[in-house]
Amino acid sequence: MSDRPVSEMTFEEAMAELEQVVGQLERGDVALDDSIKLYERGAELKKRCETKLKEAEEKVAAITLDGEGNPAGLTPVEGL
Amino acid sequence: MSDLIDDPSPGLNDPEFSVTELSNAIKRVIEGEFGHVRIRGEVGRVSRPRSGHVYLDLKDDKSVINGVIWKGVASRLQIQPEEGMEVVATGRLTTFGGQSRYQIVIEDMKPAGMGALMAMLEKRKAALAAEGLFAPERKKKLPYLPEIIGVVTSPSGAVIRDILHRLRDRFPRKVLIWPVAVQGDRCAAEVANAINGFNALESGGRIPRPDLLIVARGGGSIEDLWGFNEEIVARAAAASTIPLISAVGHETDTTLIDYVSDRRAPTPTAAAEIAVPVRHELLATLEGQGARMAQALSLGVASRGQRLRDLARALPRPEGLLDGPRQRLDRAGERLPAALQTGVSRRRVHLSEVSGPLRPNMLRARLGQASQRLALHGPRLASGLTRAIERKRDALDRRTDRLDIERVEREVKRRRERFRSIEYSLSEAGRRQTMAWRDHLTALARLRDTLGYKATLKRGYAVVRGDGDLVTTAKQAAKAGALEIQFQDARLTVGDGTASKAESQPAQKKPARKPAPKPAPKPKKDSPDQGSLF
Repeated sequence: MSDRPVSEMTFEEAMAELEQVVGQLERGDVALDDSIKLYERGAELKKRCETKLKEAEEKVAAITLDGEGNPAGLTPVEGL
Repeated sequence: MSDLIDDPSPGLNDPEFSVTELSNAIKRVIEGEFGHVRIRGEVGRVSRPRSGHVYLDLKDDKSVINGVIWKGVASRLQIQPEEGMEVVATGRLTTFGGQSRYQIVIEDMKPAGMGALMAMLEKRKAALAAEGLFAPERKKKLPYLPEIIGVVTSPSGAVIRDILHRLRDRFPRKVLIWPVAVQGDRCAAEVANAINGFNALESGGRIPRPDLLIVARGGGSIEDLWGFNEEIVARAAAASTIPLISAVGHETDTTLIDYVSDRRAPTPTAAAEIAVPVRHELLATLEGQGARMAQALSLGVASRGQRLRDLARALPRPEGLLDGPRQRLDRAGERLPAALQTGVSRRRVHLSEVSGPLRPNMLRARLGQASQRLALHGPRLASGLTRAIERKRDALDRRTDRLDIERVEREVKRRRERFRSIEYSLSEAGRRQTMAWRDHLTALARLRDTLGYKATLKRGYAVVRGDGDLVTTAKQAAKAGALEIQFQDARLTVGDGTASKAESQPAQKKPARKPAPKPAPKPKKDSPDQGSLF
C-alpha cells in the first residue's frame, strides 16, 4: 500500500494498486484492522479508476499552422 | 612543304570565326541537339551553396558531366541527390562559353530503379543503427491510458477516420491532429516538423501537450511512402520525448521511422488499438476487482467470526479457573500458625545445645596451655642463635684454607714466558720481511740506473735543454735563447740569448741522436712503470 494520494494517480497506477489490494485481501494474511483499511483504500482506488473510465469523452481537434509551420491554434474536427 | 607556303591553301577562303561566334555556334548546336535528354549515371560530388541551387557531377566509369539543379527544381525533387546514388536525370544541355564548358540543367531526377533506392535506404539505415537510434533500450514505454493522443497524418482521408473510429470503439479520447502531407516532396519536412512541434508544446499550455503520438499513413507505393524513409523524419521520431507509434503503409511496408519509433503498428487501425485499452473491458475488470475485494473482506470477517466462536467455546468457565488456587490458599492458611510455632521451638533447642559448653573456665584452661608452651621455647632462643653463628664461621674457615697464592703465581709466570717467545718470533719475522724488501729495493735501484738516461750519457750521448725545456728538434733549438747540454759529468751552457749558426749546428746534430735521451727522462720519474714492463 503506497502513501500516494489516490487522486494524483493515473488510471494504470490506480488499477495496479487495486489488483495488489485485492490479492492481499484474498490471501487473508492481513490483520483485521489492516484489512479494513485496505478495503477502504481499494474502494478509493476503484472510484478513481471509474472516474477515469467515465472521462471517456471524444474530442477531436486539428492544429492550425501559421505560414512557418508553427502551431497557431485549434479547430474542432467533426464528422470523421 | 614549300607548296603549302607558296600556294594559297584551299581552306583560306573559309570564314573566320571570332571566339564568341564559334562559342555561340556550338551553343546553338548543343542546345538544339540536346534540348531534352534523359541521362542515367551515378551522382558524384554534390555541392549546395547558400543560393539554394544544387551543383553536382553525373558520372559513369569513363566520363563525367557537370550538372546543375536550380533552386526551384531542387525543392520539388522527390529525392535529394546524394553522392553515390544511381539516378536517371531529365534535362537539357547548355554551354557555358565563358569557360568552354557544357553542363546539364536537370529538371527532374529519379532514383535509377528500385535497387538504387533500396541500396540508399540500407545505407541510411546502417548509419542510424550505428548511432544506436534503433537500440531497444531507447524505446519508451507507452502510457497505458493516454489522455491526449497526437496524430500526425493527413487531415482528410481514410487513415484519420480509421484511427478515430477505432478509438471511439475502444476508448474515446482527446485527439489532436497535426495535418501534414503524407507524400510528395513536402512530406518529410512536414512530418518531422509535426513531431518536433508536438514535443515543443508545453503541458498546460494553450494547445495541450499529447502524451502519445501516432504517425500514420495508409498504404502506397514505395515512392509514396518515401518521405517516411527520410533521415529528418527518423531523427525527429528518435528525438521525440513523447512516446511514438508509427503506422505507415501496410503490414509489409517497413519504413525508416518504424525502426526508431517506440512501437510499430502494422496499420493505422492497429495503432489505435495499441494506443488505448478497451473501455468496457476495463470497466468489467474493475467491477470484478471490486467484487473480489468485497468478497475477500466479508470472507475475512466471516472466517474470523467463526474462529472467534470456536475459540470462545473452548474457553473454560472463569470460576473454574480459580477453584484450584483457592483450595491451595486455604490449605496453606491452615498450616501457617502451627508451622510458626514449630520453627521457633526447633531453633530454641539448637541454641541451648550450642551455648552449653561456652564457660570462662574453658578459656582459662586454653590460656594456661599457651603460656606453658611459651615458657618451654623461650630459653632456647639465645643458644640457638649462637650455634648458628659458629656453624657459619666454620664454613668460612674451610673455604679460606683452599685459597692458594702460589698457584696463581705459577700461572702468571707460565703466561709471561709464552708472551716472550711470541714477541721474539714477531720481531724476527718483521726483520726478515724488511730485509727482503731492502733486497728488492736495491735490485730495483740497480735496474733503474741501467735504464736511466744517465747511463746513456756514459755511452756518449747528451741531453739538450733550451730555456729549461727539453729540446728534441732543430726547430726548437733555433727558437731557444740559450742551450744547455748535459754530459755524463756536467752541464754546459752554449750561447746566451741569440742562437748563432755555429751553436745551432751542433744543436741540430745532437737532436739527430736523441731518440735515446728523449725517453730517458721519463724512467727517472716513472721507474715503477719500467719495472712492470719486465
